[in-house]
Amino acid sequence: MEAKTKKSGTEKASRAQASTLLDPAILGPAVAGSFRKLDPRVMARNPVMFCVEAVAVLTTILLLRDVATGAGNPGFGVQIVAWLWFTLLFANFAEAVAEGRGKAQAASLRKTRTETDAKRLTDPDATLGHGFNGGYDVVSATRLKPGDVVLVEAGDLIPSDGEVVEGVASVNEAAITGESAPVIRESGGDRSAVTGGTQVLSDRIKVRITAAPGSTFLDRMISLVEGAQRQKTPNEIALNILLAGMTIIFVIAVATVPSFAAYAGGSVGVLVLVALFVTLIPTTIGALLSAIGIAGMDRLVRFNVLAMSGRAVEAAGDVDTLLLDKTGTITLGNRQATEFLPLAGVTERDLADAAQLASLADETPEGRSITVLAKEKYGIRARDMAELHAFFVPFTAQTRLSGIDAEGTVIRKGAVDAVLAHAREQAQDSNRLVAAGRGAALRTATPADPAEREILTIAERVAKAGGTPLAVAQDGRLLGVIHLKDIVKGGIRERFAALRQMGIRTVMITGDNPMTAAAIAAEAGVDDFLAQATPEAKLQLIRDEQAKGKLVAMCGDGTNDAPALAQADVGVAMNTGTMAAREAGNMVDLDSDPTKLIEIVAIGKQLLMTRGALTTFSIANDVAKYFAIIPAMFLAFYPQLGALNVMGLASPESAILSAIIFNALIIVALIPLALRGVPYRAVGAGALLRRNLLIYGLGGLAVPFAGIKAIDLLVTAIGLV
Amino acid sequence: MTVNGWIQILVFIALVVAVTRPLGGFMTGVFNGGRNLLSPVFGPVERGLYRIAGVDAKAEQHWVTYAVSMLLFSVAGMVLLYVLQRLQGVLPLNPQDMAAVPADLAFNTAASFVANTNWQSYGGESTMGHLVQMAGLTVQNFVSAATGIALAVALVRGFARASARTVGNFWVDLTRATLYVLLPLAFLIALFLVWQGVPQTLAGAVDATTLEGAKQTISLGPVASQEAIKMLGTNGGGFFNANSAHPFENPNALTNLVQMLAIFAIGAGLTNVFGRMVGDERQGWAILAAMGVLFVAGAAVCYWAEAQGNPAFAAFGVDGLAGNMEGKETRFGVAASALFAVVTTAASCGAVNAMHDSFMPLGGMVPMINMMLGEVIIGGVGAGLYGMLMFAIVALFVAGLMVGRTPEYLGKKLEAKEVKMTMLAVLCLPVMMLGWTAFAVVTDTGTASMANAGPHGYSEALYAYVSAAANNGSAFAGLSANTLWYNLTLAVAMLVGRFLVIVPMLAIAGSLAAKARAPASAGTFPTHDGLFVGLLVGVILIVGGLTFFPALALGPIVEHLAMSAGTLF
Repeated sequence: MEAKTKKSGTEKASRAQASTLLDPAILGPAVAGSFRKLDPRVMARNPVMFCVEAVAVLTTILLLRDVATGAGNPGFGVQIVAWLWFTLLFANFAEAVAEGRGKAQAASLRKTRTETDAKRLTDPDATLGHGFNGGYDVVSATRLKPGDVVLVEAGDLIPSDGEVVEGVASVNEAAITGESAPVIRESGGDRSAVTGGTQVLSDRIKVRITAAPGSTFLDRMISLVEGAQRQKTPNEIALNILLAGMTIIFVIAVATVPSFAAYAGGSVGVLVLVALFVTLIPTTIGALLSAIGIAGMDRLVRFNVLAMSGRAVEAAGDVDTLLLDKTGTITLGNRQATEFLPLAGVTERDLADAAQLASLADETPEGRSITVLAKEKYGIRARDMAELHAFFVPFTAQTRLSGIDAEGTVIRKGAVDAVLAHAREQAQDSNRLVAAGRGAALRTATPADPAEREILTIAERVAKAGGTPLAVAQDGRLLGVIHLKDIVKGGIRERFAALRQMGIRTVMITGDNPMTAAAIAAEAGVDDFLAQATPEAKLQLIRDEQAKGKLVAMCGDGTNDAPALAQADVGVAMNTGTMAAREAGNMVDLDSDPTKLIEIVAIGKQLLMTRGALTTFSIANDVAKYFAIIPAMFLAFYPQLGALNVMGLASPESAILSAIIFNALIIVALIPLALRGVPYRAVGAGALLRRNLLIYGLGGLAVPFAGIKAIDLLVTAIGLV
Repeated sequence: MTVNGWIQILVFIALVVAVTRPLGGFMTGVFNGGRNLLSPVFGPVERGLYRIAGVDAKAEQHWVTYAVSMLLFSVAGMVLLYVLQRLQGVLPLNPQDMAAVPADLAFNTAASFVANTNWQSYGGESTMGHLVQMAGLTVQNFVSAATGIALAVALVRGFARASARTVGNFWVDLTRATLYVLLPLAFLIALFLVWQGVPQTLAGAVDATTLEGAKQTISLGPVASQEAIKMLGTNGGGFFNANSAHPFENPNALTNLVQMLAIFAIGAGLTNVFGRMVGDERQGWAILAAMGVLFVAGAAVCYWAEAQGNPAFAAFGVDGLAGNMEGKETRFGVAASALFAVVTTAASCGAVNAMHDSFMPLGGMVPMINMMLGEVIIGGVGAGLYGMLMFAIVALFVAGLMVGRTPEYLGKKLEAKEVKMTMLAVLCLPVMMLGWTAFAVVTDTGTASMANAGPHGYSEALYAYVSAAANNGSAFAGLSANTLWYNLTLAVAMLVGRFLVIVPMLAIAGSLAAKARAPASAGTFPTHDGLFVGLLVGVILIVGGLTFFPALALGPIVEHLAMSAGTLF
């Protein structure tokens, strides 16, 4: 995993595919795997191929009997039987190759799961600070139980999944994510989850173990990519029923032939009947079905997304509504100051000056952008806090204000209502009046004070334009408003338009007020938005959409996202998120990139499309096979039926042999398509269907006519029959 | 083929399309409950019937209850019909003193009429008295058709409803289908037929002396009333053995056109009911269009084959211009006979105005294919629609994934349960059609009944089982079917072909009704346009039709090829 470098997801995915389709390291074991999978207990999972195996065994026995008694035409029989077995091996090979790609990944993951030792604290309550006595036992990581508390120091591997209960550390998570840049993990908040197998680079932390041995994230990841736990997805199960049903129909169609032939005074050999049966039943899709499913999961893994079940991948294709967090997905993470809007009687420069002073020590991106804007617009240089003898007053969730207290002057900036309250308090302080009815006054729609009225008017204007207003006050005097603007990501509008064409509705989730949210939603081109979103509101939105029969996808990272993640049909938890979020979602994005939700949907759709395309192709193939085998089968007693030999195949034997060879080779020919998936473009269902029906429906009708004819020419030329 | 012939076919198609919407609108009203045009007349009757039967018209049924009600009703009808036949010798209204019907024939006939097949192993005028014809056969003509309509409506409700537990009330649907749809329409058609000269009397046969002085017994009876429902309910059991070829059943070209229209009217109207109930009439038109494509193709092939005539006759200097007139009535000619044959087998009617046995091999193959496809081309009243919808489920399951979503139809996800039930229903037909034929053609009892040798004899047996399992009831007349073997096996084929399709279909209805309905978006599979129609037709031909290719190759296809080479059977 060390060698794995991280690039943008798409680039990474395409590169990986190019290398693995022809990777000898995978092909070798896959060939061996194809033979191992002939075990009937394994084959029984696949009804179509199980039928093929049953008739292959039957014909092999009959062939051996014929050879022993010297009856029949063993040359022809040997070839038919051989191609029956090849059909099976090719089918197994497809599955083995698909699994092989996952196995290679699993092997490299397993290396990181080597035996580690854990420092289990004898006193779980001992704090890391001064007086930490460091009492711990060294135990094997595999003996850790949930609830144990361990100490992890710089250079140690984290022994198992857990929650940081004390301390801050930088952690290298390359083993899981492939990302070599370290990440910060700290107790409390949404960055507290650590994963077993990752390495602490600096500092030390106390970790409470949350996973039982053998069921850590890494363990699950290994078994997922390996496909060991692969369960058939609901759609696969249903498709298997359809294929099994069609197989039974063809059993009847073929089994009644001998009796019809007997009436006509002829007979049809078992080999020919078997050939007809095997070519008619949907072997192509039957052989490739599981490979398609495994490859779909694999595409997600390559994309650094772990789906906890195949069901989730299928659901991703079905998603009707995408809930996207505004910050980080639709807009760049940081808002930037773009304008100073002073009150009447205040110059823009004075406002800029005060705003800059208030932001000098503010290290948030918003704060820095205010300093920069003041400098750019008015050449006000950033001053040194120490020189001013100023104290920084940091932002808290209670005050919702930040600023400085310098000699004799108090500057605050923050949410408009908070600054208004602050200013009034300051003014009241100076007037030595009792601060009564403060909150009530604020809530009235039109405050008495003209300055307050003006501030509110400006703030509303800013909010309507999609910005966030920050009010500034100096010594209780309101100065004006800073316009903080959300920067919508480039190209996001086009992506939403593409999603709309695919019939997917996008809903932006934001903590902003409705006015701001509406403006950003309009700019980004989302279909709807949820403003002032609380976890409860989010959960309710998901339930409402689901009640309308829609499937909902969302991503989240915090503990309070967990209920919504669990409720959503596709819940993508960020790897940086809390353990609760990761448990609740049915996918984990190792890169913690919320934009990926869009690609996840595309991968889900591609998986389903591939399955549908190959099913259609497989069934359409039957037409040509009938025309190859029916005339050959009855020619002996109804020579007139030679007229149905529209392909002009050389002889009955060559026709039957060509059909069965085609039937086997088409599986091999389609393995790359099954693994890669059919090309996917974000267009409407109608356009997708037209294109796919043309290629895989009509193509499926036409290709075998050409293919069987070509094989027939070859078979005759070589003199196989 | 002549321009006149094609105009007849086109006029017929135009009339069918014209009646679809008005009938659909009326029937939607009937099955949504509430008042309609005929409520003032039949409302009191309807309420009275519910009171007598103790039915709570407001109480809806779960699909299982619905299915059990339907099965109980059918079993009761079958027993009653069997007893009526067995006791007809001692019952009144039997002016010709017909004897009791033999047990195997009575069983076959009871199964046949309850299953809406109306396969007749007997000659109507020489076997059944007026009481059996009226109180037995005609009653089943009404209620077996009404049952079919009720079932189709139940399935449509499955698509139309969301998160519902029930699919309707069988007793209410049955009553309303009979009272508001079948009775009034049958009444109108019967009046029309009487006006055109079809007998309607309770008198017995009339003896006439022919010009040669021979005595001829001319059977009479309540023909017009049975004729009307025979067509309208896609029953097909004629009053006379010659069925609609008999001048008393179908006297002229006009009655012929009206009869064909009556066969298709309700089935076509139900596609519109489907569209209206699911809230998008285009969905209904798409289904009708798929039926239309298959119908026109079949009519064209059949008409072409019949218009060619038999090449062997040319050797005797016979003018082939008239086409193949063997077994056809001169008052209908080739086009109207070929069209009638395609109509009657596309729908599961089974009435005939010409002998299908005498058709050219490929001409006779078209009716066979129509039935092998499961009679989804308009089909039996109700049965055609639910058969077609099941093919739509298969088509969407095969190809629906190609739009990148798991399969859905009209906002309903198609999952393992729907697929399982659909495949069960789809499986019934090939098992019955091919399985029984395979037995019949290699046993002495089976082959003894065949009138012809070679592929043609084979076609006769195949046609019989295909017709029975598809609940059509028409016959390749060469087969003498009134034997113990054929009476019993055909009865089994009819019952399986009807009820083993219906029960899984109702299970689908129940399962669909319980699902939430996802609104359509740009990402959902469009099921109202030409692409879907093409896909549906393709799936029907490949999944429904190809199964029978080996069987057809050994029957009509080889017969046709042999005929071209100069060998006849």
